[in-house]
Amino acid sequence: MKQYCYYPGCSAEATAKGLGLSVRAVAAPLEMELIELEGWTCCGAVHYGSVDRQEAVPVAAYNLALAQKTGLELATPCTGCYLALTKADMRLKEDEALKARVDKALAAAGLEYKGNVRIRLLTEVIINDIPPQFIASKIKRNLNGLKVAPYYGCQMVRPDFGFDDPEVPHKLDDLVNNLGAEAIYFPLKSRCCGSSLVFSEEDIVLEQLYKLLKNAVENGAQCMVTPCPLCQVNLDVYQGRVNKKFKTNFKLPVLYVTQLIGLALGIDEKALGLHMNIVSPRPVLKYISKQEAASGA
Amino acid sequence: MVIWSVRFVDEVAATPGGENIRDCIQCGICAGSCPAADRMEYPPRRIIAMIRAGKRDEVLGSASMWYCMSCYLCTERCPRDVKPTELAYALESLAIKHGYRARGTSTPAVHRSYVHTLQNYGRIYEMGMMLRYYITSNPFKAIAMLPVAIKLMLRRRLPLLPPKTKGLASLKKVIAGFRETEGE
Repeated sequence: MKQYCYYPGCSAEATAKGLGLSVRAVAAPLEMELIELEGWTCCGAVHYGSVDRQEAVPVAAYNLALAQKTGLELATPCTGCYLALTKADMRLKEDEALKARVDKALAAAGLEYKGNVRIRLLTEVIINDIPPQFIASKIKRNLNGLKVAPYYGCQMVRPDFGFDDPEVPHKLDDLVNNLGAEAIYFPLKSRCCGSSLVFSEEDIVLEQLYKLLKNAVENGAQCMVTPCPLCQVNLDVYQGRVNKKFKTNFKLPVLYVTQLIGLALGIDEKALGLHMNIVSPRPVLKYISKQEAASGA
Repeated sequence: MVIWSVRFVDEVAATPGGENIRDCIQCGICAGSCPAADRMEYPPRRIIAMIRAGKRDEVLGSASMWYCMSCYLCTERCPRDVKPTELAYALESLAIKHGYRARGTSTPAVHRSYVHTLQNYGRIYEMGMMLRYYITSNPFKAIAMLPVAIKLMLRRRLPLLPPKTKGLASLKKVIAGFRETEGE
């Protein structure tokens, strides 16, 4: 069992609780040991950098310094954390003056960061570290024919750190197909959901969400999956407001990718936090049960 | 006559994120790729041209960069590696540093509320962050958002109490320590 330094990020404990629950639920069957980073704090996300470009770096680096002590690779389920931590790490490597200042700041708390923590997105870990055949061998439930829109969002593939194609990615499609479900044609799969602009500029975000939902539904999606806690909140929680604004009737369940993996592995839906989704995932669960009854008969 | 000791383009280029601004060839693929360009007073290509023309007040006082959603499509496609996403952050930081108030958007208040919550609780406390944002921008909007908050609360996705963060004291030391190195 490979060990990882687990950095949940704030949302996996609150607005994206289903993400946190499903990650922990699938870890053991996928033979990942997630050891939560002791004393972790918020990464700063995009917000800190908008207010203060420089101070955002030590805020993220504090967590990297803690992670370094574990000697493990850091894995986070949150795309926002992944990018904020990665960017802080890169800036420390590029900017010597900044590095000197951050070193002093960390020393004030008895810490140091040498720059040798590998920062990884948990979905990328699942895709790259776990052989697809191994995942396939663990499947307990039949997802055959379930039409899934794989939604990458932005920050899993952009900025491009070489994980997948930055505009037409396919690795999440492959994962969905490997689970026995069917990744549908979904041209907007790596377009933006509107992100945290939802608080201040809701109109723009609702328009983005409308385009994404329409594109997925028109291509036959029964549900959407995404690794990103913020994309899920927008698509799930604000779907009702999209319907109101655009006079539509979308009822598309939006699952975290780890929730879909968990379903395939036969994990209890409550343990996956599916009861916390706003748009009911019931139709997806019913479809799976129906498929199983049909194939078992 | 005002004689600028530092031209605006130099100031932007010296700000982290703005380093590559001189490399822009004004091809416009950034604006063509941007999901928020049609809401911006000055879309990315234009704002770069304005920076190079020295229009400091117009640029730093505008709301345009605050519409950036960090989707990085412009950054991905830019043939000159200007990194317009990073440039937007650079402009945001400059605007805040020099006390400009964005015309027509409350997005800076979102960022400020977020940072305030982080500094006080160590982790994000959505309820506190949202309340702070609505109070500092538009309290009436809080009422319109109540149904969303209730939906989340019923699913136990919006904790009422702030998180207890073990690392908070150390994080505060790091931030204070960093501020002491200002100017180094």
